[in-house]
Amino acid sequence: MLRYLLRRGFMALLVALTVSVAAFVLLNVAVDPAMAIAGEDADLLLVEQIREQYGFDRPIYVQYFEWLTRLFHGDFGESYYWNKPVGELILSHAPVTLQLALMAIFVTVVISIPLGTLAALKQNSLIDRIALSTAVSAQAIPNFWLGLMMIILFSVTWQIFPVSGDDTFAHFILPSFVLGASSVPAVMRLTRNGLLDVLSSDYIRTARSKGFGGIRLLLQHAMRNALLPVVSVLAVQLGQKLGGSVITESIFAINGLGRLALESILGGDIPTVQMLVFVFALTFVIMTLLADLLNAWLDPRLRLG
Amino acid sequence: MSSTELPISGTPLTLETETVTELTPRQLLIRRIKGHKGLIIGFTVIIGLIIVGIFAPMFAPHDPYEQILSKRLIPPVWSPGGTTEYLLGTDHLGRDYLSRLIYGTRISLMIGYGAATVGLFIGVSMGICAGYFGGRVDQLISYILTCQLSLPGLLLTMTLVFFIGPSVYVVIGVIGVLHWTYYLVVSRSAAMQIRQMDYIAAAKSIGCSKFHIIRKEILPNLMSQIIVIFTLEVGFAILAESALSFLGIGIQAPTPSWGLMIAEGKVAMFFQPWLVIIPGAALFVLVLATNLMGDGIRDVTAPENRN
Repeated sequence: MLRYLLRRGFMALLVALTVSVAAFVLLNVAVDPAMAIAGEDADLLLVEQIREQYGFDRPIYVQYFEWLTRLFHGDFGESYYWNKPVGELILSHAPVTLQLALMAIFVTVVISIPLGTLAALKQNSLIDRIALSTAVSAQAIPNFWLGLMMIILFSVTWQIFPVSGDDTFAHFILPSFVLGASSVPAVMRLTRNGLLDVLSSDYIRTARSKGFGGIRLLLQHAMRNALLPVVSVLAVQLGQKLGGSVITESIFAINGLGRLALESILGGDIPTVQMLVFVFALTFVIMTLLADLLNAWLDPRLRLG
Repeated sequence: MSSTELPISGTPLTLETETVTELTPRQLLIRRIKGHKGLIIGFTVIIGLIIVGIFAPMFAPHDPYEQILSKRLIPPVWSPGGTTEYLLGTDHLGRDYLSRLIYGTRISLMIGYGAATVGLFIGVSMGICAGYFGGRVDQLISYILTCQLSLPGLLLTMTLVFFIGPSVYVVIGVIGVLHWTYYLVVSRSAAMQIRQMDYIAAAKSIGCSKFHIIRKEILPNLMSQIIVIFTLEVGFAILAESALSFLGIGIQAPTPSWGLMIAEGKVAMFFQPWLVIIPGAALFVLVLATNLMGDGIRDVTAPENRN
């Protein structure tokens, strides 16, 4: 287990470093940061001045290593647009996004696991068909449109939930449903297919032949194995939601990391955008690492692989 | 002992066999296609929308850009106050909504198919290399895949499109370049299986070059799987474009894009919800049809892989 842990940890570190290089190069080559600060129609002389002042005229690898060294010293850079340290910005916006992401994953779990289980237990029945066609249609719904429909229905027509903002718990209900719904098709399919595989395996037949059955068979024997891949997918989805709630946050005017990202892009604030890309990627890497370790802990066969 | 006369030339002794007409693979495929409702529905809708997109000027009753401010926010024909002149009503600038919707088909289809094609070239070429060569090449490409998966896709797409300058081609390029992992995973594992086939060994033994084997032996056998992924990626790219345009980072006004129409309709959403409902429903129908077609092609070409 320790060897596995070390190997996976080293890989994660390597991936995080590579991703930071990729993000840095992409945002400094495809985008001219001096131009982004100066604005679209700025004087060329001013752009040159900014380029020298901020050091964008130096070779890219020098800039990267300076960025990385600062990062290791806990200096996340300075935002041109917000006139604040980027680290402070990210820290102040993170809790809202964390709450939203956790609630969204909760929504996903509550909808997709029972639905997937029912669909697998009653394969080819009406429930199974409803579940599968819900998954197919849910995949085709534009997420931001679903959000707007929810606002029209639940905030304007019936006035159950507030339209936008992030002050109270009630503000988070619609956004977390919208964000969580986007993962339902994938997780539901995975639950259903995993459970179908397990239910047709030999050890379940053996357990049945010994007279063991019903809900206890399902929970104690079948679900434990069927949910292994679901756990890792959920961790990955959580990683994505922590970085991918840009749309949901902008629709519901939630002042989290996604909205910070959108406004920083529109404001031409490359240092903030760059750090956000890196932080999101790092979150994702850590979540996948945790998912792998969790799976290796739950399933000893994986540790050898 | 009675001798029974054996009928030698009487009724001929025939084995009563069921007349099994051997179906060719092609006939079998056509039979499966005909039996697959989702595929037929999806395919029909897509073909219909492609025709609407290509011949948009003929279908659109009005100019999609013409603003008549005196005819602002006319509701659709089925709600009170609607007129048959503007079947889906008009938007906040008095532009005919149906015409804008029809022209918007072009944007969605162009970006969907364009971006999925860009991704196809990147993903499939990397996937085949990884699967066919294996070893170090495979390790390197799998590592690139892991890194790509960790990058926040939507945020990077938004950033690059915004700073490079939003236009149809930039949106196609950026979505395509950032979205090829699915192609890679599928073509890699398929190429790994095909590599072990006898006909590959045969091609090697008569001295075919690696490039020839990849192009003439492996690629044709991957086609059906690639088409399935392509179709599903078209749906993804359409949704990605609409999300970008909705956030104001993709297609710019006054070009009619469905995502942008939703963003513009959002302003008047509370008293004229149809402005938001209609383009969203159009997106839903297009993407649903695309996905149905993709799922259908998968079921029809590889029925054993159905889950």
